[in-house]
Amino acid sequence: MNLAAGSNQPAITYLNHETTVRSWLLTRDHKRIGVMFLVGVIFALLLGGIFAMALRIELLTPGPTVMAPMTYNRMFTLHGVTMVWLFMIPAIPSAFGNFVLPIMLGAKDVAFPRLNLASFYIYLAGSLLTVFGMLWSGADTGWTFYTPYSTVSPTTVTPILMGVFIIGFSTIITGLNFITTVHTLRAPGMHWTRIPLFVWTIYGTSVIQVVATPVLGMVLLLVAAERVLGMGIFDPSRGGDPVLFQHMFWFYSHPAVYIMVLPAMGVITEVVCAYSRKNIFGYKMVAASTFGIAFVGFFTWGHHMFVSGQSTFGSGVFGVLSMLVAIFTAIKIFNWVATLYGGSIDLKVPLLYVLGFIFLLMFGGMTGVAVATTSLDVHWHDTYFVVAHFHYIMVGAVLMAFLAALHYWWPKMFGRLYPERWSFLAAMTIIFGFIVTFLPQFLLGNMGMPRRYYEYPREMQWLHVLSTAGASLLAFGFGLIAIYLLWSLRYGAEAPVNAWGSRGYEWYSGSPPVPHNFTEAPRFEREVHDYTVAEVPRVY
Amino acid sequence: MSTESSPWEEHFGSRENQSQAAQLGMWIFLGSEVLLFTNLFVGYAVYRYYYPEVFVEASKHLKADWAMVQTLLLVTSSLFVVLAVHAIRQGRQLQTVLVLVLAIGMGLGFLGIKGWEYWEHWKEGALPGEYYRLAEVPERGGSLFFTLYFLLTGLHAIHMLVALGLLGWLVWGALTGKYTAEYHIPVEVGGLYWHLVDIFWLFIFPLLYLVE
Ligand code: HEM
Ligand SMILES: [Cu+2]
Repeated sequence: MNLAAGSNQPAITYLNHETTVRSWLLTRDHKRIGVMFLVGVIFALLLGGIFAMALRIELLTPGPTVMAPMTYNRMFTLHGVTMVWLFMIPAIPSAFGNFVLPIMLGAKDVAFPRLNLASFYIYLAGSLLTVFGMLWSGADTGWTFYTPYSTVSPTTVTPILMGVFIIGFSTIITGLNFITTVHTLRAPGMHWTRIPLFVWTIYGTSVIQVVATPVLGMVLLLVAAERVLGMGIFDPSRGGDPVLFQHMFWFYSHPAVYIMVLPAMGVITEVVCAYSRKNIFGYKMVAASTFGIAFVGFFTWGHHMFVSGQSTFGSGVFGVLSMLVAIFTAIKIFNWVATLYGGSIDLKVPLLYVLGFIFLLMFGGMTGVAVATTSLDVHWHDTYFVVAHFHYIMVGAVLMAFLAALHYWWPKMFGRLYPERWSFLAAMTIIFGFIVTFLPQFLLGNMGMPRRYYEYPREMQWLHVLSTAGASLLAFGFGLIAIYLLWSLRYGAEAPVNAWGSRGYEWYSGSPPVPHNFTEAPRFEREVHDYTVAEVPRVY
Repeated sequence: MSTESSPWEEHFGSRENQSQAAQLGMWIFLGSEVLLFTNLFVGYAVYRYYYPEVFVEASKHLKADWAMVQTLLLVTSSLFVVLAVHAIRQGRQLQTVLVLVLAIGMGLGFLGIKGWEYWEHWKEGALPGEYYRLAEVPERGGSLFFTLYFLLTGLHAIHMLVALGLLGWLVWGALTGKYTAEYHIPVEVGGLYWHLVDIFWLFIFPLLYLVE
């Protein structure tokens, strides 16, 4: 055992055993790759956030405020593209999944470390190509690239399509790697019924990634080819069918929303257990509902197409199937609450984000059921109501989980503590700022404000102003987090090996872990988050 | 870290474990490849439903006889790849090289025929989208047929090229003695990929050339 005198952390860690730039760029260590992904997605979040603020500022007044209509179209497209493809999809699986999944299984690395590194560079290449397209002249199609407009738009759509296509490969490779890792690299004692729920959700997500992403990739490629060669697959003037695009697009992109939300649910489960000092209530139900969501998610894409001329019967079926997702989600929510109930709750910052998550997910999910009701959706379709719905889940809930994960695993990743009070303040600012930003958008939508519009009637202004004020609070909250986390990297107190006294398996290794996670393979002889036993036996 | 000279990687618990992981990883990848093609098959189904007569007429401009030859070439090459796996499992490196080279030859033959067929389409004007100039078949539907034809066969040809590269790399590995009776994971996994490319063709061939 490598213990430095006077410190309870391992002396040689994945961070300091090699320090050259080259050793980072060519690393095959899943932890370093996880950290690089983390840096990448945070950059994407920043970029997308800047676009978002620009949009909110433009909408402060009913007419033109700071930019031309066409600039506005580009801004919302770039905002959506960056947030969805560059941030949301890789955020939790590629960054935190990479970091903790192998440790949780007691493995030294993922099954294919070289592919894992390739996955990062593919992500980087795709992102750079996308950003290049944005800077060149920026698409104005919206993040969904709907045909036939996307096949004729004079803006640079092709590099952006190709960028997203390339990022898709990164997603597939990461998913493939995780599935194989779970199947082949579990340490002694890690039975299927002991696998941490975070790992289960990443596994479920990986299945979606592998199954759905190729379909997206192909459809994006088709649009690009249509632009370049005038192929006519989606062009009605050549006998093609633009609605076919929507089917193929949503066949991926509806499941894609679960690519974002399932890992978030996994994080929440870990954090709930850790801070209520109890194992999860209903392990099997929580694991099974993950797959329920993943499975049903493949049969609900048609709820995005209620007004595309699809048959009423079809819409009805898609609507009902969509509502099934809410049932599986409710199972999880009940189990989290049941876990909290009677636990000895320690309201640390990650748990605060969990509470925000549960609240926002319920709100977002229930409005999901509302828009899945065909008759209501005819009123709300393509209005701010839908914008608010998906922002509640994707920004509200998933971002909460992302921040919970960031804070919960921060000491694990970097061996430092962050200032408790500042982080508390930031969390409150973010939750409050979020609600102020997006609650008014439900009202706007119900009043008939269409999404993606540059102008609006004067009566709606106060709601827009409120929303922009909330967005500013959000931005402020993020600024705070950035500052204190960067500060803590250098000046933060050294974290104990198990900063939260958690019984999660990932704390079997040091904080930060040694290069191959463990000096000998750990044995898993108890359930994860079993708080009736003494501290985790560490093997670093 | 595994040293460069040993093909066994240390983060796997055992050799069977590494072999299992490689196989599983490849199967998942193959699954996602199938789904990549699915879009095109779905597109084909949709437009065939929209333009049934035109599709039949357009397909008469393809060279079904030569496609039959291509199919035979591919199926035989798959057999050779199976033999390669069989040979290397017993450590017979030279035999492995031999059958792999035969498989590669057939793959090249396949692509040669494909290239010639493309050339014929070019002369005829049976091209996708806005380049369509085939007077005998109505443009509505006809141009879509050829769009899908070129996408399906073109994507397949690209996969062939990749798979041929893979086989070439296996030949080189077998020649330099990298694969033995104990260590032959790449041959097995590479072989799987070749079979996939083969199977895609077995779907494309009847759909485009044979169905009336
Ligand atoms: C669980 C996480 C969820 C996420 C991340 C999510 C995300 C989204 C997104 C991004 C959109 C807008 C797509 C666009 O740009 O047009 C959307 C629309 C929609 N969502 Fe959700 N959603 C979730 C849950 C649900 C649930 C549980 C339901 C149904 C019970 C649902 C029903 C709908 C419907 C019907 C629409 C289409 C509304 C319209 O465009 O008129 N969603 N959702
Ligand atoms: Cu959906």
